[in-house]
Amino acid sequence: MVVKKDIADLIEQHPIFLGLERRYLEFIAACATNVRFDEGDYLFREGDPADTFYVVRHGSVVVEIFVPERGGVPVQVVGEGDVLSWSWLIPPYQAQFDARCATLTRAIAFDGKCLRGKCEQDHDLGYELLKRFARIMIQRVRATRIQLLDVYGHGRAR
Amino acid sequence: MAELAERSDRAFPAFLRPHTVTGVERETADTVTLELVPVGSGRPAFAAGQFNMLYAFGVGEAAISISGDPTRAGPLVHTVRAVGSVSSALCSLRRGDVVGVRGPFGTPWPVEEAAGCDVVLVAGGIGLAPLRPTLYELLARRSRFGRVSVLYGTRTPADLLYRGELRQWRGRFDLDVEVTVDHAAAEHFDNVGVVTRLIPRAAFDPDETVAMVCGPEVMMRFSVRELLVCGVPAERIFVSLERSMRCGVGLCGHCQLGPRFVCKDGPVFRWSEIAPLLEIREL
Repeated sequence: MVVKKDIADLIEQHPIFLGLERRYLEFIAACATNVRFDEGDYLFREGDPADTFYVVRHGSVVVEIFVPERGGVPVQVVGEGDVLSWSWLIPPYQAQFDARCATLTRAIAFDGKCLRGKCEQDHDLGYELLKRFARIMIQRVRATRIQLLDVYGHGRAR
Repeated sequence: MAELAERSDRAFPAFLRPHTVTGVERETADTVTLELVPVGSGRPAFAAGQFNMLYAFGVGEAAISISGDPTRAGPLVHTVRAVGSVSSALCSLRRGDVVGVRGPFGTPWPVEEAAGCDVVLVAGGIGLAPLRPTLYELLARRSRFGRVSVLYGTRTPADLLYRGELRQWRGRFDLDVEVTVDHAAAEHFDNVGVVTRLIPRAAFDPDETVAMVCGPEVMMRFSVRELLVCGVPAERIFVSLERSMRCGVGLCGHCQLGPRFVCKDGPVFRWSEIAPLLEIREL
């Protein structure tokens, strides 16, 4: 049986928003829209105003850095359930990387600018969101550090 | 005579037996898979996770995990990465060459203990080789296990082992296979990122899961940390350690880790038992 969920249900069940007060969830849902991108589309490019963040519902998005004469160098691929972009929450509110769809991608887009304003007015919400996004940032930083170790580059013959 | 030789070999796995190389498959630029057939006797049985000491005549001996199928008869299969003089010599072998083999040695992966549970195999780099026999066993008796996930990470797409089999495994309905690479060019659109990131995305019931992790030690440490965060008990997480193994029977002490000998008490250890020793940096 196909269960049709509205955007508020999807948000409520996502780990990044899980357990938030109802009034906050309703506000966040009002700032959210469903979006769809084709393969090769850019969600944002480095330097763009970071006024939107995404929760990927389907597909995969390559986060990459443009390097002259090499093109886009992927640093990470985010997929279903992942949160894309935290730059909307941290000054200077600019995208630090390019985000390109590797496949057809469906996502929920959140108006970060609007949410930012709300966070300034309501510090309880601001602190909650900051804690939750900080968790994602820590996970990404930890992953990047392991990447830097180049663990597969040495030793082990078997 | 051959039967007698085989019986004595089983009793004394430390005895060196000549094997003929019957197949060589290049996996990556520095890694090959060798098929070896014993000269004059049958292949000894082995369990997933065990290793043999492979002797490159005139060069030396190295501990190499068995990467073949324990549920089938056939040649002995080892996947070797050239990182030193012995492993480089093994990687240079050609069909018809002869190597010495001692073994099998060591403790196996806990396939029996995993019956009835979800199984998560986390492999990094060449660490997929020691886990492949486990996957063969799981697939041979697939109905005895819950969800089975293979999470595999390598450095780049060019370092992926067993590409043909990976494609087959990914095509199965009863197996979840996720592959990621640390670094990739723009045209690689699969997962880019460390293997630990695949763990929270995998489908398993943490209370009823057995996880087996194999790869560089630092990769295993971070993978185990992620499994623990996901709720898998430390008693159900297993790792395969690599130390300098020489004798294979716990006599020479080269692979000693506190009160344990990796060659004899391992290489497969339960995380809850081995973690306190790994925390001692002097060991």
